[in-house]
Amino acid sequence: MSVLADATSRSEAKIRVTRSRRNVIWPGLGALVIVVVLALFPYIVYTGTTNLMVQGFVVLTMASMWNLLAGYAGLVSVGQQAFVGLGAYFVLLLNIHNLSMFTALPIAAIGSGVAALPLWWLVSRLRSGYFAIGTWVLATTVFLFIQQFPSLGGGTGMSLPNVPSGNTPLLEADTYWIGLAVTVAALVTMYLLLRSRTGLELTAIRDDERAARSSGVRVGRARLVVFVVAAVFCGAAGALNTVSQLIVQPSAAFSIEWTAKMAFAVVIGGIGTIEGPILGTIVYMVLQQTLSAYNAWYLIILGVVAIAIVLFARRGLWGLLDDKFGIRLFPVGYYLWPPGEGRRRRKIAAHTK
Amino acid sequence: MDWVNDIIQGIMTGGLYALFACGLSLMFGVMNVVNLAHGDLAVVGGYVALGVIAVTHVPVLASFLIVVPIMAALGYLVQRTLIQAALNRSVLTTLLVTFGLSVVIENALLQFVNADSHSIGTGNAIISGSFKVSSAIQIGYLPLIILGVAVVVLLGLQYFLSSTKYGRLIRAVADDREAAQMSGVSYRHVFGVAAAIAFGTLGLAGIAQGMYSQFAPTTGTTTILLFAFAAVVIGGLGSLWGTLLGGIVLGIADQIGSQINSAYDPLAGFVIFLVVLVLRPQGLTGRGAQS
Repeated sequence: MSVLADATSRSEAKIRVTRSRRNVIWPGLGALVIVVVLALFPYIVYTGTTNLMVQGFVVLTMASMWNLLAGYAGLVSVGQQAFVGLGAYFVLLLNIHNLSMFTALPIAAIGSGVAALPLWWLVSRLRSGYFAIGTWVLATTVFLFIQQFPSLGGGTGMSLPNVPSGNTPLLEADTYWIGLAVTVAALVTMYLLLRSRTGLELTAIRDDERAARSSGVRVGRARLVVFVVAAVFCGAAGALNTVSQLIVQPSAAFSIEWTAKMAFAVVIGGIGTIEGPILGTIVYMVLQQTLSAYNAWYLIILGVVAIAIVLFARRGLWGLLDDKFGIRLFPVGYYLWPPGEGRRRRKIAAHTK
Repeated sequence: MDWVNDIIQGIMTGGLYALFACGLSLMFGVMNVVNLAHGDLAVVGGYVALGVIAVTHVPVLASFLIVVPIMAALGYLVQRTLIQAALNRSVLTTLLVTFGLSVVIENALLQFVNADSHSIGTGNAIISGSFKVSSAIQIGYLPLIILGVAVVVLLGLQYFLSSTKYGRLIRAVADDREAAQMSGVSYRHVFGVAAAIAFGTLGLAGIAQGMYSQFAPTTGTTTILLFAFAAVVIGGLGSLWGTLLGGIVLGIADQIGSQINSAYDPLAGFVIFLVVLVLRPQGLTGRGAQS
């Protein structure tokens, strides 16, 4: 910052650097209001709606993490279902030992993060496409391994044994609130991570890995951080899904469909932005609800749409909006103001991307 | 004697795994494409074979004469449209497009065919029979034929790539796309041909899987892609013989695993894969998966 200040004082023209092109207080306040309103939902809407929104929270949490992996760290993981499944099984394991499932959820998330360390050690030797299939093999291996334990339900799975009985609406409201908390925590963590030094490194890796490496960016370390954070929150998402379903089945918990959902939500919404997965999750939920009567159709349509967007609108729906309006709900980059230009000016020739 | 039998049976199964793997290896070697839809496309090959046999009533063993050209044409088409478009953009795009393709194919099969398992009956008592080497060792004709096909395909690819004019063209394009183009080679067409060959082997892999056991829409991802990948990594990238060796190592691990406990069957192969990844990340024969 001091170098920049020197440069500014030396040249007469003023150069300003800000996080966003527009004032961010209003969108920030808006986000806060949205969270507060969402927190009041159990008092306002039917439980059918909140249950549906919990599914949305699960997808949004996972999608944000997949975005962090693929959109920033250049790690296309097709094995995130490993952590979704581990999160689910940690909840089951702790619940069998008489721990409340809500207390078990954060422990399950941390457990998934710890499990990510040895798994990272295994797959970090592989690059790009081979990393993708490598994570897939790893997830399948974890899946096959967990089925070997009859006490955890073996190949068929089991219901959570210790579920508070009686007050179902309260249980569902609690599930909703913890789901909201998990999602907000995921988004805030991602936002803070991307604004930190590691975030700057990740953006450099995203844009050009070789150049980043030669400029002294610790690529391996930044990727490890992202892999572990993604494991923590994918585990939390898996745990949340278990808390809302009250049952764990190995083939569902470790299904490749989890990764398909997160990848499609990210790609459709816009890869490499925080806002993209939010938009993508909404599109995903709408499509899934509309087409739920037609079995596999929604995944077919999502897949086709995702392929089309990857090929023809690489920055997704949010990219299209951003081009038009220049909005940043979560400003994590920097914007360099050309001399003599103010916030108020409408037409801006220079573009951040 | 059990162990000898396991190893022999494992070598047989290894032929099937090597057949799964050679298309994956070829596409990566030539175009630098990791095709995540690889397994699903092999399953499509199996369904095409079922359809061809049902419609034309050709002998099952001759069905590949029709299936392989169909798959090859499909390969050329998919390469020239989807995969080439993705390649022009980035590695990330290629992965996302092939992953999307994988999910679409799998769910389309679930939607339009059904979730049932299908197998391709050989309809020939001799083929489905076996011969005795000793009291404890029996060798089935079918696995032996599949192993033979795998060896022939690998030998053929090796010869084609190293000794024919078109094979040299493919290697030239794989080495340096721009230089090849400056010498008047249309690299897109060459990529198309390489994909056609890879998809052709996928047709064979689909038929072999159907004859050897069975396939369902999900077999492509749960079995074929992952085993193909494990075989490629164990053997070492870029080496066709390494792929055969990798397939055989996997096959033996599978057999011994299921001998110890039938529940370990697919797990044992993946554990061997992880061990190789830790101890010899460059594979048993190869140059390395890092770059």
